[in-house]
Amino acid sequence: MNGSVIPLGPYELSLAASLLLLVGILSWRLQMGVERRLLVAAVRAAIQLSLLGLVLAQLFSTLSPWLITLVASFMLAVAGYEVWSRQSRRLRGWWGYGTGALSMLLSSVTIAILTVNVILQPQPWYHPQYLIPLLGMLLGNTMTGIAVAMDTLGRETWNRQGEVEARLMLGDPAATAIGDIRRAALRAGLIPILNSMTTAGVVSLPGMMTGQILAGGDPMQAARYQMMILFLIAAGTALGSTSAVLIMSRRLFDPRERLRLDHLH
Amino acid sequence: MNDLVVERLERPGLAPIQGLTVPAGQTLCLHGPSGSGKTLLLRAIADLDPNEGAVRLGTLRRDDLPAPEWRRRVIYVPPESHWWEEQVRPHAPQWPPDWLSRLDLGPDILDQPVRRLSTGERQRLAMVRALSRRPAALLLDEPTANLDDENTRRVEALLQDYQHAHDVPLLWVSHDPAQRGRVANQNRSIDGGQLS
Repeated sequence: MNGSVIPLGPYELSLAASLLLLVGILSWRLQMGVERRLLVAAVRAAIQLSLLGLVLAQLFSTLSPWLITLVASFMLAVAGYEVWSRQSRRLRGWWGYGTGALSMLLSSVTIAILTVNVILQPQPWYHPQYLIPLLGMLLGNTMTGIAVAMDTLGRETWNRQGEVEARLMLGDPAATAIGDIRRAALRAGLIPILNSMTTAGVVSLPGMMTGQILAGGDPMQAARYQMMILFLIAAGTALGSTSAVLIMSRRLFDPRERLRLDHLH
Repeated sequence: MNDLVVERLERPGLAPIQGLTVPAGQTLCLHGPSGSGKTLLLRAIADLDPNEGAVRLGTLRRDDLPAPEWRRRVIYVPPESHWWEEQVRPHAPQWPPDWLSRLDLGPDILDQPVRRLSTGERQRLAMVRALSRRPAALLLDEPTANLDDENTRRVEALLQDYQHAHDVPLLWVSHDPAQRGRVANQNRSIDGGQLS
């Protein structure tokens, strides 16, 4: 079962796509109203993945550090936008985008670079065959955690502003006044990865492992890679959510530790 | 002496304020139509909203202290109390039984869920909660708004005893002329953000 990948051509892909056509017809018949969004999402996925394939092929052949940096920055920028757009109450101005993007830079990018340097050690260390998929996995997962944590923090602070201010009025420092909300936000951010570690291999066969097995890899090796990725994602999510929650909760107060909900919108 | 002195104060919604002094151990009552800026003034003195100014407690200047320390000394008590834990007890380091009984509150109320209590019970508990932090000055925003006559008198008496025991200045917002007659050493009014 070594290296024997069954190649996929346009014909095989269109067979899979025809299933979506069925879903579209179903949506239209049942008036679910998602056929348009389904079409757009499927076309987007197809274009984005084809482009990624082209870009990766180019990256693998040139190994240009600049090109790799450019691709990684683009991925980070898009992930930052995703985090921003998923919040119901976000910080005004650049803080809203910057907090999420910086937290992902601190967690995902750092951990990806650390992993290729310390654990995998390909030659050169920035070899895109390892760095880019690793970064993609990390960004995709920490993105969810950070977005959930920031959304929880903003929403809960907005809804419980009376409680936070009651504590400020009695002389509690801002960090104590928002402590409960901060902890709730961190917990919320970590729940998705905790769930996926708990059910990994029992209920769900994680994407990376599935991919390696389909590509003819050794299942035990695939399992080890999957474990490594899960651990990295958990660490990255914890690190990223913590930094996002710390930065954002600081920004909810001013230097005189007043609750400043006018910094949200 | 721990006079509460507002030398000047500027904040959105209020005309600049110059010279407002509540001497230690005395009560200054503030009245004015709703929306006139009473709450804005009290919140600004407690440094809960952005404001510019020079405020001091005796010789202690507000801007020389970290804001939480200022707010622990000069406690603002809002008309509607908020509670962040399920039960009453964790909201204060201690609940002196004597104060509770003087406000007609039994000791078992501390283990009740806050949401089961009446507005009046919450308001009286909020007063004990504030006093248990041993404030050196109090900014009281309609502290008896939801209370019947009897409980109003109980709260007034407790506040005045605390005031006299610790020489505390009280800045007291009250709608009720009779109450102002009972507790005030001085009266000021505020209208359209203008203190007079």
